[in-house]
Amino acid sequence: MPKRFLPKLFAALGAVLLLSACKAEVLAPTGDIAAQQRDLLVISTLLMLIIIVPVMLLTCWFAWHFRSSNATASYQPNWSHSTKLELIIWAIPLLIVVTLGALTWVGTHLLDPYRPLARVSQTEPLSPDQPPLDVQVVALDWKWLFIYPEYGVAAVNELPVPVDRPIRFTLTSSSVMNAFYIPSMAGMIYAMPGMQTTLHGVFNAPGEYQGLASHYSGAGFSGMRFKAKVTDNAGFEAWIETARNGKVPLDRKAYLELERPTENVRPAAYTSVDPQLFARVVNMCVEEGKICMAEMMAIDAQGGSGLAGTVNMSSLIYDKHERRGMREPVFGWEPFKVVGFCSMEELDQMLAAKPASSGVTPIQSGPLRGHGMPQPVTPFGGLEDRYLTLMQQSFGNVQQL
Amino acid sequence: MATVDHSTSLLLGRLNWSAIPTDPIVLSTLIVVVLGGIAAVVGLTYFRLWGYLWKEWLTSVDHKKIGIMYIILALVMLVRGFADAIMMRLQQALAFNGSEGYLNAHHYDQIFTAHGVIMIFFVAMPFVTGLMNYVVPLQIGARDVSFPFLNNFSFWMTVGGAVLVMASLFVGEFAQTGWLAFPPLSGIGYSPWVGVDYYIWGLQIAGVGTTLSGINLLVTIIKMRAPGMTLMRMPIFTWTALCTNVLIVASFPVLTMTLILLTLDRYVGTNFFTNDLGGNAMMYINLIWIWGHPEVYILILPLFGVFSEVTSTFSGKRLFGYSSMVYATVCITILSYVVWLHHFFTMGSGASVNAFFGITTMIISVPTGAKIFNWLFTMYKGRVRFELPMMWTVAFMLTFTVGGMTGVLLAVPPADFVLHNSLFLVAHFHNVIIGGVLFGCFAAIAYWWPKAFGFKLNVFWGKVSFWSWVVGFWLAFMPLYILGLMGVTRRMRVFDDPDLRIWFILAALGAILIAVGIAAFFVQVAVSIWQRKDNPDLTGDPWGGRTLEWATSSPPPAYNFAFTPVVHDLDAWHDMKEVGQNRPKAAYLPIHMPRYTGTGVVLSALAALCGFALVWYIWWLAAVSFLGIIAVSIAHTFNYDRDYYVPVDEVESVEAARDRQLSGIGA
Amino acid sequence: MTTVSTVTHSSEPAVYWETEPHHHAEGGSTRLGFWIYLMSDCLMFAVLFAVFGVLGQSYAAGPGPKALFDLTLIAINTGFLLVSSITFGFAMLAMYEGRQARMQIWLAVTLLLGLAFLAVEIYEFHHLIELGAGPQRSAFLSAFFALVGTHGLHVLFGSIWLVTLMVQMNRKGLIPANTRRMECLSMFWHFLDVIWIGVFTFVYLLGMI
Repeated sequence: MPKRFLPKLFAALGAVLLLSACKAEVLAPTGDIAAQQRDLLVISTLLMLIIIVPVMLLTCWFAWHFRSSNATASYQPNWSHSTKLELIIWAIPLLIVVTLGALTWVGTHLLDPYRPLARVSQTEPLSPDQPPLDVQVVALDWKWLFIYPEYGVAAVNELPVPVDRPIRFTLTSSSVMNAFYIPSMAGMIYAMPGMQTTLHGVFNAPGEYQGLASHYSGAGFSGMRFKAKVTDNAGFEAWIETARNGKVPLDRKAYLELERPTENVRPAAYTSVDPQLFARVVNMCVEEGKICMAEMMAIDAQGGSGLAGTVNMSSLIYDKHERRGMREPVFGWEPFKVVGFCSMEELDQMLAAKPASSGVTPIQSGPLRGHGMPQPVTPFGGLEDRYLTLMQQSFGNVQQL
Repeated sequence: MATVDHSTSLLLGRLNWSAIPTDPIVLSTLIVVVLGGIAAVVGLTYFRLWGYLWKEWLTSVDHKKIGIMYIILALVMLVRGFADAIMMRLQQALAFNGSEGYLNAHHYDQIFTAHGVIMIFFVAMPFVTGLMNYVVPLQIGARDVSFPFLNNFSFWMTVGGAVLVMASLFVGEFAQTGWLAFPPLSGIGYSPWVGVDYYIWGLQIAGVGTTLSGINLLVTIIKMRAPGMTLMRMPIFTWTALCTNVLIVASFPVLTMTLILLTLDRYVGTNFFTNDLGGNAMMYINLIWIWGHPEVYILILPLFGVFSEVTSTFSGKRLFGYSSMVYATVCITILSYVVWLHHFFTMGSGASVNAFFGITTMIISVPTGAKIFNWLFTMYKGRVRFELPMMWTVAFMLTFTVGGMTGVLLAVPPADFVLHNSLFLVAHFHNVIIGGVLFGCFAAIAYWWPKAFGFKLNVFWGKVSFWSWVVGFWLAFMPLYILGLMGVTRRMRVFDDPDLRIWFILAALGAILIAVGIAAFFVQVAVSIWQRKDNPDLTGDPWGGRTLEWATSSPPPAYNFAFTPVVHDLDAWHDMKEVGQNRPKAAYLPIHMPRYTGTGVVLSALAALCGFALVWYIWWLAAVSFLGIIAVSIAHTFNYDRDYYVPVDEVESVEAARDRQLSGIGA
Repeated sequence: MTTVSTVTHSSEPAVYWETEPHHHAEGGSTRLGFWIYLMSDCLMFAVLFAVFGVLGQSYAAGPGPKALFDLTLIAINTGFLLVSSITFGFAMLAMYEGRQARMQIWLAVTLLLGLAFLAVEIYEFHHLIELGAGPQRSAFLSAFFALVGTHGLHVLFGSIWLVTLMVQMNRKGLIPANTRRMECLSMFWHFLDVIWIGVFTFVYLLGMI
């Protein structure tokens, strides 16, 4: 390579590296949770470098020193065993893994997305009278819907939130699997159709942050991004006011309109939201005449509905045959009748059931030493109440009726 | 795909002219492939090679020829898979500043799906299966595998699957779901056309071949070892092959069944993985990763074996810590079944579940680390010769440790929450698969090439290929690590942040360098064949090998060994050389060998046809070809004349030629 | 430990090559190979059982097992399959005694029992689909049809193999190649029996509780 290109090349690369340093959101997040996750990332890396660096150096050194042209190096063709060395070989990685494992166990529990936050930031504890901001998230094709149940407004592809206030996201999807990710705030979590997941996070600095879909979901996936607009409380209240003064309400009909596949959707806001909308989305019964999953599962828990249940189908079908498709099922399908099971009042009661996370007793989030962590019943304990939360909770209500 | 005509007819199902892509890229590829195909057919006819090809190769049950054919398949598919890769890199380097790039979503989404599927199932798998096929019987002193016909059939089923996947490029479309086809996206509601069906049938047909080949090699290793070769005297490559085949047999049925259930969802309207009527898509993700994680070790374990053989041979030294190496391999085999959940920590399992699977994953790094140390201490106090295989091995050790480190990082759930599905993850698995599997395959090819063909590979072009690959890899994937840390997700088609672009351009440059590496490899092969007289291997033991495959001639006779070797030590051939027992002088005996048969080719062709018919809903053809498969299978069982004896004078003449060869070089 | 490098040579010179003729049992690996195949097949059933375990209560507001299964019929069907295993055993005994005609008769009885099993299963499936409780109705029914149907397909495959083998026995007699095949089919047939016991217990009996 001609000499004069080299300095230019290095200068360019240096500039790029500098630029990227400010851009590496995962390494320099502003949110407390993401920062703790970053810390764990860095600590783990350093821990492993204890062994990786010597291995790489030894590789180079051994390969060079014991090269065949180096006649001065000692050569012992039959030396192939050393108990001491073997012990070291197995013990050092094991020790590191034990350390890392302990760190992982504690860190995983403390940074569990379901775990309510115990502090606002590294320095500021959570005041007890400050409830988290509830945001209900629906992954649509291909945009994000954010519902603010407290304020009765909603936004698409835009997430205005106040700074330094813990946020509790409850997430679902309308069609396929997706993942919700704001790198600056906290790690990602899947949003899945017919199911509900939870994520706790907080922003500690005002600004605009990128949010994205991080699980491939079809053709419009690339354009499924949004900005998290973090302002002080006043700014957030002002946004709420503007949204409330808007024109378009988000009722079930509007939702079904919104749900249709669209790409690269511009941010928009809704002036009011049907309070049951999110519950209906999770239960796949926004459309008129569909049986909610909570109801279906309540029937199932009682052993199904007997042979009568073989004629009610269309009220149960959500997206099995056709969604973005345009074709008949391969082997055809029988005609159906619509049959409902519950009265409207019962259904309302079911859907009004509290979202799962609000029912969970807050856990004391102590410093990173495992203090106050719940004792798992089994190694796999605590699994049940994670999935299908709404359905099971509301099913509990049905039994209490 | 607004232009697709979805009407179906009795004769052709849903196949019609709208199935032929009009995309200029695909169309020109189609034209090139068709012209190339015609040229090949004309060439074969002109040189009257059809008979030779059919009699000596296609119908062959010789494990050596089947092994070579597997690797040829892998190399062909590598070109296809890499073409996909470089198209992706180009798209991602272009699609900035409001530009849509040059690929629309329908095309781009097929490309990343096809890239993953092809690289795993039709490049890496045939590579390792081919290597095991070629080397294992030779290393254990056997004349062939346990079930030679089955071996041929397995190979052709793999080809059948590959043919279907390739057909999807020119007739219809491939899946746009990502390489594991997660439902509900892969369900009929969201992927209504033929893409996912191609995916399913391609993998099913190839999967049958893989499972059967796994059973075959497993039985071969258990039953056909030379006398004296106890388990703890098995060459380390054979050990890793044994563990790999255990993994294949104990994981591929899970994939097969999972795909069958997805097929039922798509064809019959069942509710396994649907949103509707009680289906559970999370179950698919669990099941597919219960296969998928062992699959990772199916790919890497045999290459660990290769690196062990290479390090020991080129250090002129016994492998350090053989038994610890064996235990490490077995540990990895078992542990690979209890880590699958780390592929979806972010699905919302409880903290305890996540932590459990995170920690089991980290534990795997302990035996893997032990292996690295064992290779290190094999070099220690050795005489390291930097021939091509050893260069690949050192590059592997330096590259793989980085990949291993990022792998453990991703096993820490809170860290995974910020890195999952990001380009960091993409960089990680390419780091271990290219740095481990692919480097290993190139090491293995350079190492065993002289055994298979009787001459060494050209070193100059080998070095060009090596350096292009290694530098290209680092250049292509280090930017992806950085992009991952910038919060960039995988499978993105367009970007809006212009600051990311420079990294994608660097990555694209890396990919171009890798392209040079691939081209240099093919040049290397061509030049080596051209100058084969200059680099001959007459001894059968060009590297100073230690295991039994070097005890026979290069290339070995069809029967491998005129007399079965008897093993007294771990490095059996090294031991023989030490005691001067390298060539028996005794009266030759007739040798019992299996006959060649074309049944495997026919069955696989029928299976591919059946798959094609099912993809396009051509029900009559599916029924006919399926019945054909049954009929041909049954007819095959009526053929009792499956083996023969190589007569003594033939053995004598082959061995006499070998004697002359050896005395010619004064050995 | 085998890694120790030195080899102790006894006074006899060590043999390094087998130069004497010796006989390898022809097809000596077939039984092991077939056994491993059965284990891989077993894994496929394991997946189906697991899937049934996950989806077995997802009736989707449709009928559950109590509304659908006729335990008497299934018990009779179980009887067919269990007895067919015994008759296959008799066929194997006859084969080992070298009595080909007797073996063929027992094989025919086995085949008939297998076909009877299939007939009852087809009747059951037909009945369910008539009721509207086909595999499309709910995840529970999907899992049920997949598990029981896969077993049924195995029985069908076994029956076709059985017929083939009867013809081959008729043509070639009790040659080693044929007896080896009989041994494999015998393993296959008993394997299906074991699977069915699992199906009967977990799907039918537990479903009716």
